[in-house]
Amino acid sequence: MTAISLDKERIHRVPTPEGISLPFAVAGVGDRLAAFLLDMLVIVGGTILVWLLALLVALVGLPAVGLSFALLVGFLLWNFYFVHFEIRGGGVTPGKRRMGLRVISRDGGPLTAEAVFARNLMRNLEFYLPLIALLAPGAMLPESPGWGQLLALGWLAVFALMPFFNQDRLRCGDLVAGTLVVKVPKAVLLSDLSDRATVRPAMRPRPTGMPAPPPPPPPAEEFPFTREQLDIYGIHELQVLEDLLRRDDQGTLDGRVLEDVCEKIKLKVGWSADRWQVPVRPFLQAFYRAQRAALEQKMLFGQRRERKRG
Amino acid sequence: MTAPTFILKSAQFRREREEAWRELEMLLERVETKGLRNLTAAELNRLPVLYRGAASSLSVATAISLDKNLLDYLNALVGRAYICVYGAKRRPEEAVIEFFRHDFPDVVRRYFGFVALSFALVALGVLAGYQMTKADPERYYSFVGEAMAQGRTPAASTKELRDVLYGRGRGELSIFATFLFTHNSKVGMLCFALGFAAGVPVIFLLLETGLTLGAMAALYASRGLGPELWAWILPHGVTEIGALCLCGAAGMVLGRALVFPGRHTRLRNLALQGREVALLAVGAVVMFLVAGAIEGFFRQLVQDVGVRWTLAALTLVFWTWYFFTVGRNRDRDLAR
Repeated sequence: MTAISLDKERIHRVPTPEGISLPFAVAGVGDRLAAFLLDMLVIVGGTILVWLLALLVALVGLPAVGLSFALLVGFLLWNFYFVHFEIRGGGVTPGKRRMGLRVISRDGGPLTAEAVFARNLMRNLEFYLPLIALLAPGAMLPESPGWGQLLALGWLAVFALMPFFNQDRLRCGDLVAGTLVVKVPKAVLLSDLSDRATVRPAMRPRPTGMPAPPPPPPPAEEFPFTREQLDIYGIHELQVLEDLLRRDDQGTLDGRVLEDVCEKIKLKVGWSADRWQVPVRPFLQAFYRAQRAALEQKMLFGQRRERKRG
Repeated sequence: MTAPTFILKSAQFRREREEAWRELEMLLERVETKGLRNLTAAELNRLPVLYRGAASSLSVATAISLDKNLLDYLNALVGRAYICVYGAKRRPEEAVIEFFRHDFPDVVRRYFGFVALSFALVALGVLAGYQMTKADPERYYSFVGEAMAQGRTPAASTKELRDVLYGRGRGELSIFATFLFTHNSKVGMLCFALGFAAGVPVIFLLLETGLTLGAMAALYASRGLGPELWAWILPHGVTEIGALCLCGAAGMVLGRALVFPGRHTRLRNLALQGREVALLAVGAVVMFLVAGAIEGFFRQLVQDVGVRWTLAALTLVFWTWYFFTVGRNRDRDLAR
């Protein structure tokens, strides 16, 4: 969850009865395919297991019981696996849970059983039929000429590839059921970077040549910024900086990136030359805090500054 | 001049509410893994309160805070809570009872025109298949595929044809019944899905079923076995053809919603009607289960033509009663 990647996602807004519009990130084709494949793995694995069981029972001497059991369970697996989990789990199958996806109703209402049935019955057309057509082209329309079969295959391909043709990544089943698959990330609330209590030196050893981290900064303005200095950057830059600082906290950032950023900011805001050498992390954190205070105050007066000047 | 520094309003805001968010997060975690029933009554009461608190926090935070992590967190939290609070559904058992006592017959009544149209298409197929095969027995081969015929062709002797009607099931009946159920259900569900292809394939499927049946009827009639064939087909056929007609109706409604959206947008109309007619397909699967049991067990075990006719009549009466009366009173009560 970086600040930058979120911009690329398509957001579907659901109006809630409380009068706020909740943004849900539409799940991408890749995530959905992965979730589907995971679920298919369970289905195919289950089918194999059931037939092995039937074989076992047949060896014991009850071939009929085993066979009808396998037929029935196989049928239920292939046709009602998704229905079962999506109704019981409120739009989540094991595969979707793994990928952090969920089916919701596009109009914001509860996900009804009808909708779940509708979206999953469509899999016959979207997946099983094209699969049969691909594996055994002759079986589909045995009496039609080659071009007819090709035409049918093309038509089926349109259904199968529907999610690629619209921005909300709706497949036929979603169209028919009025549903949408969204991401439901479990975001973690990290500490507020503006809190002084959380200012701490970086855990990792610093590159050589850097001054050792100073003792905890005094509460007063160690790095005073002027209004003019804080009037350059916008919200986007602030949140990029936040992202960098958080990654630094988690130890997933190359230390030199912060140094570069620090140099750039000092140049941009015209940091006084006689105090040029500053400890990187405390300086950036102080700048983040001051910048956020400035921008948030502007926001309270109705001015959202999205990007930097120039 | 130095910019003023003070405790950020957004940080202050967060400090005051964080505890409630964390509490909500814990409750959600439990609901998502163990279900709503895992909560105590007090926690259940707390859930909507916490949700509303978090929702209002989100609106305030979007207005005053630029802490990206906080905003992402609140968005995700409120989204999860929203699904949990408003996505609450009926208990599954209740939904199932409700489906059979009201929803299913009700949706059949509402789309009765399309069900009748499906039936008319099958009947048309039967009539055409019958007449054409009667005129030229050779046409039988073009209506009934080899797999379907299983030796029942004009080349077969009358005795062979008759044996099919009274032959005891060779294999195990349970396998046969299961096979019939699963196979027919698959065809029925496909019929619904094909509605998305503008409904055209559905019409073909219904006609084709009728043609096959008609051709077979003509073959048996030509050997004087007509009534006996129908006594063989109808005990399960009433239910099975009925179910197929429901699926066909569902498919055609879907096709119509796609081609003629009416006063809604196409997308909205499709969603509205798709959900409704999916019930038809689901109900049809249950009917296929009944038909499969009748075909797989009863037909193989009972040879008497009179009993077969009686069962056919009984199923017809039952389904007529079920679709035309069940759940109807409640609608009237509600209207009042």
